[in-house]
Amino acid sequence: MENLLGLYNYWVAIALMMMGFYIVIANENLIKKLIGLNIFQVSVFILFISMGYLDQGTAPIYSEAYTQYSAPLPHVLILTAIVVGIATTALGLALTVRIYQAYGSINEAEIAEMDQD
Amino acid sequence: MISQHLPVLQVVVPLLFAPLCVLLRRHTLVWCVALLVSWCSFFIAILLLQQVLAEGEIVYAMGGWDAPWGIEYRLDILNAFVLLIITGIASVVMSFARESVLKEIAEDRIYLFYTAFLLNLTGLCGVVITGDAFNMFVFIEIASLSSYAMISASQQRQALLAAYRYLILGTVGATFILIGVGLLYAMTGTLNIADLAVRIKEVENTRTIITAFAFFTVGLCIKFGLFPLHYWLPNAYTYAPSVVSAFLSGTTSKVFIYVLLRFLFTIFGAEYAFDVMLLDRILMVVAILAIISGSLAAIYQDNIKKMLAYSSIAQIGYMILGISLVSVSGLMAGILHLFNHALIKTALFMIVACIFFRFDSVLLKDLKGVGRQMPWTTMAFVIGGLSLIGTPLTVGFISKWYLIVAALEKDWWWLAALILLGSILAVIYIWKVVEVIYFQSSNTDSQSSQFKEAPLSMLIPVWVIILANIYFGVNASLTTGIARQAAVYLLGGP
Repeated sequence: MENLLGLYNYWVAIALMMMGFYIVIANENLIKKLIGLNIFQVSVFILFISMGYLDQGTAPIYSEAYTQYSAPLPHVLILTAIVVGIATTALGLALTVRIYQAYGSINEAEIAEMDQD
Repeated sequence: MISQHLPVLQVVVPLLFAPLCVLLRRHTLVWCVALLVSWCSFFIAILLLQQVLAEGEIVYAMGGWDAPWGIEYRLDILNAFVLLIITGIASVVMSFARESVLKEIAEDRIYLFYTAFLLNLTGLCGVVITGDAFNMFVFIEIASLSSYAMISASQQRQALLAAYRYLILGTVGATFILIGVGLLYAMTGTLNIADLAVRIKEVENTRTIITAFAFFTVGLCIKFGLFPLHYWLPNAYTYAPSVVSAFLSGTTSKVFIYVLLRFLFTIFGAEYAFDVMLLDRILMVVAILAIISGSLAAIYQDNIKKMLAYSSIAQIGYMILGISLVSVSGLMAGILHLFNHALIKTALFMIVACIFFRFDSVLLKDLKGVGRQMPWTTMAFVIGGLSLIGTPLTVGFISKWYLIVAALEKDWWWLAALILLGSILAVIYIWKVVEVIYFQSSNTDSQSSQFKEAPLSMLIPVWVIILANIYFGVNASLTTGIARQAAVYLLGGP
């Protein structure tokens, strides 16, 4: 029971990770693939943030009233990772726009077929 | 004074000049900046390598914050050598790039292309030089994002889909690496690589570390395109502008193989990776499959660039095979092949760029009898091809030689035979091209007598790198010496 509830965040992170990964693999729509990729990345962010969190811990600003603080480093790392994620998504969407201009489709199978001939 | 700050200059110089390219916009001017920066980085890399050879490891604390609180740059013989490869290839490719880029990339996008190139150089140098695991992830993403942009700069529409697929797989790979970093941090509480190496010993056998190990390995294998995770590689190299193919084939996979070495040997330790996790067996099987399947696929291509891309998959197999032997000579062969393959593949892709420059095609059926019209270019191709096959007096021979020596050290005759089989397959696909360009008569007879050699600005860099192929094949003491030192260092020797 403790594994189930105590590690709640991790279960969610893994579930999201698998969902995102499945969308990336299984979907043929280029935009939906990017959405899947985003879900996949966000799940990793949640994983990091959960690792830094401490039960009953507060923000790491020193004060006499508190004795337990959350680890700030994973949170800061994730800020950087979010920026990276945004850049990736933006580039992916820009590529999708240009693919649509060039092929008139955003379905990967259709595009691959067009290049056959 | 300034020599103290060389490690950080290696990364900062290209990073600072990248935005300058966006401001300058005029393509000749931007090319000059990129050229200057590449040579400057090469010069810095040479100085750093000399310093490492003379004084041993260099540790540079970013902003004066000591590790493990701050980020440190740490240079040893291995990454100083990889830096030399990257920046050397970058400067030759940039010297070559001007005409080829003008031809293959829309004129209003050229300045953006050079910006992306400099960012890519920043990222690659950063990955290699940094001593911090998360910093490494950020640099990996800088390098990857700019390479997607460079690939999509091509005017062929297939390049867009190739870049998109590379983006999806590359991001999955990088996210795997991020998960690995996170799990390591959760167990050890540090991101500094040297610190990780010490602290990981206590928690080695936990499930978290095993998971981190798996994520790292798979993520990196996607990034350098190890069979069967190479799906993105052939199309990305085929449809990218020729200059980009030349640069990426010589640098990206090398950098990620370096990262693999760093994680396996420095952080996890050879004992854990190979005796406990038995990764060497997996890598060896996969490497052999990569060599055979990559070479076989290369034989059936009628597009020279695609052929070279598949041959890259096979060559990555050789590097990983060397690593999977886990002996000094095996590792040495692997590290040596990082350098040698960079020379070979960059040269060959540059030659294909010359051919495309004159004939607007890289399809074999359009290139009959090219040898008579571009004698210098095709002669360079023959020498590069011989080097790829591994004939004596070229660099290809040196790495194959040490690889076979490493296999024989273990009395694995079958492995030596497989390596030779890979070479024979390379003979077949190189011969296919040579036959078409020399021994078949040209499609249009009227033009066959005309002389259409590539411009000198392209031909000279090609011949410089081809002569380097021969020089380091004849006088290999410098490269083998460094590779041996790096291999001994990785295996924890003196």
